[in-house]
Amino acid sequence: MSDMIKITVDDKELEVAAGTMLIEVTDAVGIHVPRFCYHKKLSVAANCRMCLVEVEKAPKPMPACATPVNEGMKVWTRSEKALSAQKDTMEFLLINHPLDCPICDQGGECELQDLSMGFGGSSSSYQEIKRVVVDKDIGELVSTEMTRCIQCTRCIRFGEEIAGMRELGATGRGDRMEIGTFVEKSLSSELSGNIIDICPVGALTARPSRYNSRAWEMMQSPSIAPHDSVGSNVNLHTFKGNLVRVVAGENEAINECWISDRDRFSYQGVNAEDRVKSPMIKQNGIWKKVDWNEALESVAEKLKSVDPDDVGVLASPQATIEELYLLQKSMRAIGVKNIDHRLRQTDFNDQESMGLFPWLGMSITDIEQQNAILLVGSNVRKEQPLLNHRIRNAVIKNNAKVMTVNSFEIDFNYDVESQNISSPQEIVNTLAGIAKASISLSKAKVPAGLSDLLKSVRANSDGKAIAENLKNAENSVVFLGGLSVQHPNYSTLRALAAVISENTGATLGYLAESANTVGAWLAGVVPHREEAGIVSKNVSSSKAGKNTVEMIMNPSKVYVLLDVEPEFDCDDPQLAQQAMDAAECVISISPFADANMLTNADIILPSACYSETSGTYVNAEGVWQSFRAAAKSSSDVRPAWKILRVLGNKLGIDGFDYVSSTDVRDELKVACDTVSSVSNHFEISGIYIAPEKQDGLQRIGAVAEFCGDSVQRRATALQKSAPEQEVVQLNSAEVQRLSLQDTVENSSLVTVAQGNEKLSMPVLVNDLIPDGCVLIASGTQSSSELGSAFGNIEITS
Amino acid sequence: MASTPNVLSKHERDDIDHWLKRYPEDQSQSALLAALRAVMHEDHYLSIEKMDAVADYLSLPKITVYEVASFYSMYEMDEKAAGKNTIAVCTNVSCMLNGSDKIVEHIEEKLGIKMGETTPDGEFFFKIEEECLAACCGAPMMQVNHVYHENLTPEKVDEILESVKTKPSLHKKEANNG
Ligand code: SF4
Ligand code: FES
Ligand code: FES
Repeated sequence: MSDMIKITVDDKELEVAAGTMLIEVTDAVGIHVPRFCYHKKLSVAANCRMCLVEVEKAPKPMPACATPVNEGMKVWTRSEKALSAQKDTMEFLLINHPLDCPICDQGGECELQDLSMGFGGSSSSYQEIKRVVVDKDIGELVSTEMTRCIQCTRCIRFGEEIAGMRELGATGRGDRMEIGTFVEKSLSSELSGNIIDICPVGALTARPSRYNSRAWEMMQSPSIAPHDSVGSNVNLHTFKGNLVRVVAGENEAINECWISDRDRFSYQGVNAEDRVKSPMIKQNGIWKKVDWNEALESVAEKLKSVDPDDVGVLASPQATIEELYLLQKSMRAIGVKNIDHRLRQTDFNDQESMGLFPWLGMSITDIEQQNAILLVGSNVRKEQPLLNHRIRNAVIKNNAKVMTVNSFEIDFNYDVESQNISSPQEIVNTLAGIAKASISLSKAKVPAGLSDLLKSVRANSDGKAIAENLKNAENSVVFLGGLSVQHPNYSTLRALAAVISENTGATLGYLAESANTVGAWLAGVVPHREEAGIVSKNVSSSKAGKNTVEMIMNPSKVYVLLDVEPEFDCDDPQLAQQAMDAAECVISISPFADANMLTNADIILPSACYSETSGTYVNAEGVWQSFRAAAKSSSDVRPAWKILRVLGNKLGIDGFDYVSSTDVRDELKVACDTVSSVSNHFEISGIYIAPEKQDGLQRIGAVAEFCGDSVQRRATALQKSAPEQEVVQLNSAEVQRLSLQDTVENSSLVTVAQGNEKLSMPVLVNDLIPDGCVLIASGTQSSSELGSAFGNIEITS
Repeated sequence: MASTPNVLSKHERDDIDHWLKRYPEDQSQSALLAALRAVMHEDHYLSIEKMDAVADYLSLPKITVYEVASFYSMYEMDEKAAGKNTIAVCTNVSCMLNGSDKIVEHIEEKLGIKMGETTPDGEFFFKIEEECLAACCGAPMMQVNHVYHENLTPEKVDEILESVKTKPSLHKKEANNG
């Protein structure tokens, strides 16, 4: 603890820690000092001078953001001297400002506007010509109006200190200094949108919502971001009931005050053109609008008319826990056991050994305390940008050693110890090598189920170094990411990760993929467990229902989809499509219906998007966060929990008389609270195998950055900002080997063949991909026509 | 990081390496001014390509290089400014009071170009110098290739310009792409 000292601010005595900056002290006690360049999460630049205050014995006013407190210091923040310094500063800051508030998106929520009202004068001594700065095009997400910039450099410091990549800078000097990228360039950071929030003026504003509405016309509602397992707090802004903008919310323990671009700009998807506005039933191939009663009656009828074993239920892990719970409860009540949310997983080998849910293994803030981190099959930077931010802090603050085992190299925004890159099959061996090294380090016995696999690999120096780093670190962790879950040998990767953690003392953690992956486990949307992990006799191992792959390989007669678009959300779009084709009836509870859905489905029940319903998400660390509806959905759209509740009534199930979503949540919460502890620990008991050797080109089908769920896929600005999602990526050696040089040279298309489908796609040479592999992202338009995310693929010119 | 070994000439790289040796290993940014100077000596201006190459060579973000290059007036970033000899006439207060306008006029007439332009043969670049060059006691003054010339008269200017021109050039420009 640092020493406490006494100071006086505005004649109030305060006891504060020595060495803190004055502005932190005044902020803590609620004395407002005006500021532009100071931001609590960024380094001190002290360049705007707006925070000048009077300090006893100081010859001139001092900047509160850069003045450390001293014993006995006397400060006046609103004395005549302080106020006049602030007023003069304000006058200087406005010299070159265009004062175009009437047409500025920031108007009404602008720090410059507010402070000039509060601290500025009513006229300016400056009569000369103002300067004009030409606007820069920095991409689809952020619009610029650089004449308004007051050069506080918050955006620059954000890039360097938080985003971990300097993209914006101050070029030129003096009155010609400009903020920009200097050469025309789109911002590429996955956190770039945060500069909109921190820019104190209207220089950087959100491009997709530009000129839509004024700040004071919008309603703000706190909510939870729906796209990754961080559970970032956001504020949804609605205008006349429509969701028009999203900004960061604050939660120090979760997202601090930052959000990913995905969470900020995905809202556009909510207003997509293919939103369904009323329930629909297909009769003789023709869609007919029906009322809710008729729609739900037919659903109930259909479900009652078939053998429950012929029903397959697939749910999106982006659905709220209330929706997932009611889905599970109603389906199980009528005897349906085939229910799953693990849409991209293909290896369910030892699903019984999973803990209550795929837990992070620690709190989000604890990530910063790690000294060694092994990432297995994870593109954490794109998958969970704000967990990556915590890992970055671990690297910066305690020199954490970050190591990866992945199928492609990742362009991290921090220094990593080692990236161990190989083809998807080969990463099993790489991880086995590390496991073997960890076993010999701790002189443990090889678990029987892994002995064949471990016998076949050699412990090498790389593996040994990784195991040692994990073992020697005070805090270390092995994280399994989304690519592991998608991997055809996920259970083997998981077992190996468990062995490594066991033998090195590292925590085992999961970087859950979606906003409510954890919630789906808790709600019992898995074929082998009911809510709160209960294994009743209905779902015990011999009687467990079918998992996603089984449901798709042996088509069910009836499918119930909860916000699932099979050709985008499932591992193998071709098989998923075949299953939908073969089904007698597909019932889709979904906010959207694209052409495919209209072909596949027979009954569509339009549900509300995340912004239009109350609900709860459980994040990777297991924190439950509930939110309320912020926007109105069109009149015949219902929150999915209500749809399912009424469906429960129609099916004649007891206990479906919930009045609000909180009733649903509380019922589940009570059940979950009886589970005493959460752990990722499991005994290696099954037999784990090495992948079969495969020849030929291998696909790596990591989920595209903005294609993880139905809402993001429809967010137009995000999609435009990431054209690389729809291309074939391979390294230059592979280009040579496949004789694609000319194709690359002429930027022409290649033919991609997987399963029974061929299609043309652009190519991008990316040397971060290993030999023998191509990266074709999953969840995209093009991949919706292809097969499994992993496996053989052909590329020809 | 994309290595761009051929963008920087051998001479430039040697020069940068020489400076790099003077600073701690993790402080490569310290060599940035010198690196840009090395490029200036060779090309007489900083192209984006060269600046990017310097950024890669020193493992710095590109924007850092642009910031530094655009801050100092000794660097030119426009290809049009790439003359073999750079003339900068001070037009600040002391020089102005002592007739710098006439000097400017004389040079413009003599070279047939305006301030801010380069002669068609690439021999002279007439820079717009905006700040006092700190030689007020010798006003009017000018700087030619970093050498100060004071108490100027049109005749003296002629002499100076002839002398730099007749000598092949202070900076030998040899294409040297090692
Ligand atoms: S653009 Fe905004 S954040 Fe960046 S320096 Fe200018 S005023 Fe500050
Ligand atoms: S806030 Fe203190 S100088 Fe800008
Ligand atoms: S005014 Fe020209 S040198 Fe100072």
